[in-house]
Amino acid sequence: MLKPSERMKIQRQPMPEQDAQKRACNFEEVNCGYAADAASTEAQRCLQCKDAKCIGGCPVGVKIADFAEAIARDDLAAAADILFADNVLPGITGRVCPQETQCEAVCVRSKKGTPVGIGYLERYVADWARENRKDLFEPPNPTGKRVAVVGAGPGGLTCAGELAKHGHAVTVFEALHVAGGVLVYGIPEFRLPKDIVRAEVETLKARGVEIVTDVVIGQTYTIDELMKEEGFDAIFVANGAGLPVFQGIPGENLKGVYSANEFLTRVNLMGAYQFGQTDTPVIDASQIVVVGGGNTAMDAVRTSRRLGADPATLVYRRSREEMPARVEEVNHAEEEGVVFRMLCSPVEVLGDDNGWVRAVRCIKMELGEPDDSGRRRPVPIPDSEFEVPCQVFIEAIGTQANPLLTQTTPGLKTNKWGNIVVDENNMTSIPGVFAGGDIVRGGATVILAMGDGKNSAVSMHEYLMKSDGNGKASG
Amino acid sequence: MFKIEQSEWLAPKVRRLVVQAPRVARRHEPGHFVIVRVCDGGERIPLTIADSDAEAGTITLVVQVVGATTEKLCALEAGGAMENVVGPLGRPTEIEEFGHAILVGGGVGTAVIYPQAAALKKSGNKVTAIFGGRSKEYVIFEKELAVHCDAVHPCTDDGSYGYHGFVTGKLKELLESCGDIGAVLTAGPVPMMRAVAEVTRPFGVKTIASLNPIMVDGTGMCGGCRVTVGSDMKFACVDGPEFDAHAVDFGELTDRLTTYRDQEALAWNRLNGCTPDPAKGESGCKLRESEEAAANQ
Repeated sequence: MLKPSERMKIQRQPMPEQDAQKRACNFEEVNCGYAADAASTEAQRCLQCKDAKCIGGCPVGVKIADFAEAIARDDLAAAADILFADNVLPGITGRVCPQETQCEAVCVRSKKGTPVGIGYLERYVADWARENRKDLFEPPNPTGKRVAVVGAGPGGLTCAGELAKHGHAVTVFEALHVAGGVLVYGIPEFRLPKDIVRAEVETLKARGVEIVTDVVIGQTYTIDELMKEEGFDAIFVANGAGLPVFQGIPGENLKGVYSANEFLTRVNLMGAYQFGQTDTPVIDASQIVVVGGGNTAMDAVRTSRRLGADPATLVYRRSREEMPARVEEVNHAEEEGVVFRMLCSPVEVLGDDNGWVRAVRCIKMELGEPDDSGRRRPVPIPDSEFEVPCQVFIEAIGTQANPLLTQTTPGLKTNKWGNIVVDENNMTSIPGVFAGGDIVRGGATVILAMGDGKNSAVSMHEYLMKSDGNGKASG
Repeated sequence: MFKIEQSEWLAPKVRRLVVQAPRVARRHEPGHFVIVRVCDGGERIPLTIADSDAEAGTITLVVQVVGATTEKLCALEAGGAMENVVGPLGRPTEIEEFGHAILVGGGVGTAVIYPQAAALKKSGNKVTAIFGGRSKEYVIFEKELAVHCDAVHPCTDDGSYGYHGFVTGKLKELLESCGDIGAVLTAGPVPMMRAVAEVTRPFGVKTIASLNPIMVDGTGMCGGCRVTVGSDMKFACVDGPEFDAHAVDFGELTDRLTTYRDQEALAWNRLNGCTPDPAKGESGCKLRESEEAAANQ
């Protein structure tokens, strides 16, 4: 065992990356993953705090210090067991979690230097496990309870995996033709390879989770039908975000204007970047402008770059410091040649005579007094308008709640934005119906949705075990 | 996989497919659509459900070859299967007591008005259907519609069958001669629906059009199907697909439907082994060129 003082001397191991110029032209993963020695060195940086704050920083409560310790002594099988015990999708979270605002933000090492690369270690263990570990999941005794999960995104999959551990029979209903939700339609291949998602979904299936695609709850079945006719004892609703928000500026229906959702769905889920081998097209453009400052905007603009846009420009109304996107993604985008135009906001999409986008007119902004979010409010500068030429303009400014399920579920309480209201146990106004992820939070992250899935599974298990044979709570 | 039970040509390039999709069949109402994907790697495209049989667990789709994906769909034979069918999607047709309802269908839109006709009749309306095509061979669903309608008016552009002229001509005649028309519902090519809206507008008759914009997911996630209705942006997949035809911006819809013309031509040419020769004045899609040539005859 190294002494803490020795551990303190070790520098954070960098994540090997694909060369920026090369990767700006392909869809292969940017981060290449630690080699074995780097992983073990990084794991030794963990001080093995008695009161490990990192665990509390993790929405699914992974025993981080324990798995770091197992990596440090090269016992990857033990590390994987520890990781999988709390996180059923570690290959995914190891890649897309904003560790810098969660576990790594509270790592004591970040007080004097850089935190332990928890996300990188998680990814390392998950990737090792996918290649080398046989899932030794022992099916628990069936409880005889049936649970329906609505949506096979990160929240739904996590909840399903946790409930299966307790022996409940879980069926996940997915609207699209493939499981994964935002992990497959939204997050690009270069950040999260779809093979990883497929593999982790397969692990869940091997653990007895049934996934039924091509079913839209609210349309194909109502919540009421699932409970009364299909015989489910409890339901977890995690149908995700819905309708994309458009800014409401002139020209948004010109050919060449996309929501980030549509653009990313075409490219990621439908494989439009391989048009010819696949049948779904995406508009060919040499110049693309994306508006927004979040991870979705970053995904859209980096995808644009890879489709050949030069420049691929990101327009954001505040400054770089206020961007909600992960720092790593912003840095990667910049390295890949994305042009940042901060402190400006689109006011009109301009079209040519044939109805195609030819440019976006923007206005310059300056930062004024802080608003409700604590960030300084952007204020337009009069007479500062200018045009940015482009053939595709992508809006990545958020989503509204999906109405399909809520409007066909009488008695399901929603707030003024249409998001489902839940209590401290994640239960909705309908007994036995729980909810989490974006449909509750209004636009959050993969890991927060997973945290909801995991916490809901705990409440649902309690609910199911104290309910009588008819699935009705007896207390 | 979703098994094809029946598959037959109804008209040139128009095929009727009966597909095993019990979950969709049990909840289908008039106006609903499905999103289908023919095969792995295929596009997701919306198709309005023409009929359903909850007991047999089947839905009927009527498909016209307009590009590569629809050509692949129409190549499916009974016993074959398509990769994905999801639905029913969209809001169903609002079936009210209109008194006398007129349904106007064009091309495969004639299949869309069929379940509407049945439901409108069932709720006590007098129902008249006007539908048609270029010539007699393009007239579909006449027998089926006749079962539920008080009157059917097939129309052909060339006069080879039924009323000689466009469906809008017949519609105008009826609007002028019948005083009891409470609503007009229309489905078909955008120029036809637009013309229907213009014919009914001076009469002040409620007119509902079933729109067919480009869609990807069909569940309100992508926003590709947005249409302007009045001054609002609507998503056809969750707010529609049926809207007040007098408020729809058909010009914008027409234009947006051309977004992928070039890629669609490429895909169709590739599927059919065509290589357009610019020297011969062939620039785009052979399928489209032959369609345009036929339309100009």
